[in-house]
Amino acid sequence: MTIILEARGLSYRRSGRALIEDIDLTIQEGSLTVVLGPNGAGKSTLMRLLCGELAPTAGTVLLNGVPLRNIPAWLLAHKRAVMPQASDLAFPFTATEVTGLGVEGLGRGLSRADRQRLVFESLEQADVAHLARRNYQTLSGGERQRVQFARVLAQLKAGSTVEKRQLLLLDEPIASLDLKHQLAVLATARELVRKGLTVIAVLHDLQLAAGIADDIVLLQDGHLAARGTPDTVLTPTRLAEVFGVILKEDALPPHPWALAMA
Amino acid sequence: MTAAVMEPAAMEDTGLRSLLRARKGILLSALALLLVLISLAALSVGATGIPISRAFTILADAATGRSTVGGDALIILQVRLPRLFLGLLVGAALASSGALMQGLFRNPLADPGLVGVSAGAAVAAAATITLGDALLAPFIGALPFGALPAGAFAGGLLTTLGLYLVATRQGRTSIATMLLAGVAFGALSGAVMGLFSYLSDDRQLRDLAFWSLGSLSGATWTKVAAIVPLILPSLLLMPFLARGLNALSLGEAEAFHLGVPVQRVKALAILLVAVAVGASVAAAGMIGFVGIVVPHVLRLLAGPDHRTLLPASTLLGATLLVGADTVARTIAAPAELPIGILTATIGAPFFLWLLLRRQGGMAL
Repeated sequence: MTIILEARGLSYRRSGRALIEDIDLTIQEGSLTVVLGPNGAGKSTLMRLLCGELAPTAGTVLLNGVPLRNIPAWLLAHKRAVMPQASDLAFPFTATEVTGLGVEGLGRGLSRADRQRLVFESLEQADVAHLARRNYQTLSGGERQRVQFARVLAQLKAGSTVEKRQLLLLDEPIASLDLKHQLAVLATARELVRKGLTVIAVLHDLQLAAGIADDIVLLQDGHLAARGTPDTVLTPTRLAEVFGVILKEDALPPHPWALAMA
Repeated sequence: MTAAVMEPAAMEDTGLRSLLRARKGILLSALALLLVLISLAALSVGATGIPISRAFTILADAATGRSTVGGDALIILQVRLPRLFLGLLVGAALASSGALMQGLFRNPLADPGLVGVSAGAAVAAAATITLGDALLAPFIGALPFGALPAGAFAGGLLTTLGLYLVATRQGRTSIATMLLAGVAFGALSGAVMGLFSYLSDDRQLRDLAFWSLGSLSGATWTKVAAIVPLILPSLLLMPFLARGLNALSLGEAEAFHLGVPVQRVKALAILLVAVAVGASVAAAGMIGFVGIVVPHVLRLLAGPDHRTLLPASTLLGATLLVGADTVARTIAAPAELPIGILTATIGAPFFLWLLLRRQGGMAL
């Protein structure tokens, strides 16, 4: 296994307060890492540091061994995609046009027809092909999130013509989705990981996290509280410590979604 | 995964709109044709009617260097033609700047006139006139006309930057803050204009009135020559920002994730708007609402993709202003209406309609 992403001594301070404090982290290529932690633990800040959106106040993030700050934005867009938390849109683009933003200006040697095909495939994959011509602004929160997922998938497809070793960051990707689509988005992510993609996702649901993660990163007050496979990290003592909840270990079903994918 | 059956009512993008969205060429060709037709009409119509065939002959003679005689040749070449060019340039600049600002602010209500950029440019132009004459004339004589666009550009740039700083927090622009800041900027420039008119002599007073009303009546080849090098490059550069503006409509962070150099796009957009609006205001005063009506109509027709919207706004903006100017100078001929009054009369109700539609819960 090779390391695709590495954080060294990563810190981020804003107005004197440390939001992320001295985090060292390595992410294996082709793995699915779930970032967990209570509200305000610094999950979103960590994601924004890892995708290059924020510049760390100390430390550095390396993508394939290259410091993020040395990678120009256009090239970085071929190497990693980010799915944001709920997004609104300034203008009445259709779902197809929003997904098309993922391939506009990206990729090498892609014809107009190629790009259209990538957009169509991504819409199918995110189960929003039937919304293709709808105005994004009139969609429900969950539908919007799935269209954003399609856009991110399209970006990865276009980007793979330049860089095969890609990273996908999902910040609470399933927050506004119904159960079926929560599982569908995570199943798609899992499937992409099987094909070699590296995924880092912020989730709130411990059961889902335990079910799909190769690795768990547990954050508390901006520090790395624990790191490892789900069964080593999600112990009752640690959960009590970090989340302040009492939890019976055997209450975690081993495969929480075997029951749901029809 | 199975796709749900689509309800017919859910289809929002059918027929003409769908065609225009898909085939950018059709829309742009139709707009270019309209532009040519309106331009010919503008040369022919006026206090003195000149048949289009005669206008052609005069233009052809002038183009081939043959001497032309007659009053109608003088009207075409020295009055209507520079006025036509001024109208085309100013209309194109205002409409494109509107589309660009709306993309930059992620907000379909942004307009250089509405949010005070034009007013800022006008104040700076007025300052250049009154103070420039008073302070600089003893040293360099009368100011060249080029000083006005420069002053107006500086005013437009400062106002746009100020507006952006006030209304945008963490990549999100508050529509309320933006419009209220526009009101504040407008009131401030009104006050400064008032001060200038208090201090002005008769000639300066006439010039100031011209700026606050907006008119193409002072068109001369000198004015056209002064603003061409400012407006034309701006118009040609704007479409290069289209991809960035499309991505920006998702949000600044998202645009960065998609590989857009966000800071560079924003800086260039602000600069181009300030140059184009500054030059327009210097040459034709404050003409409102072109920048909000034109992009909005085009978004309804062909969707919000800036790759189509920006060049289409350039064409339709030029057409609309030349058309409006033709109406303004013929409706009460031989007197003429300041065009700013005409665009505001049409544009203000249109803007109210946009606001009402928003409150009706419909997406803008």
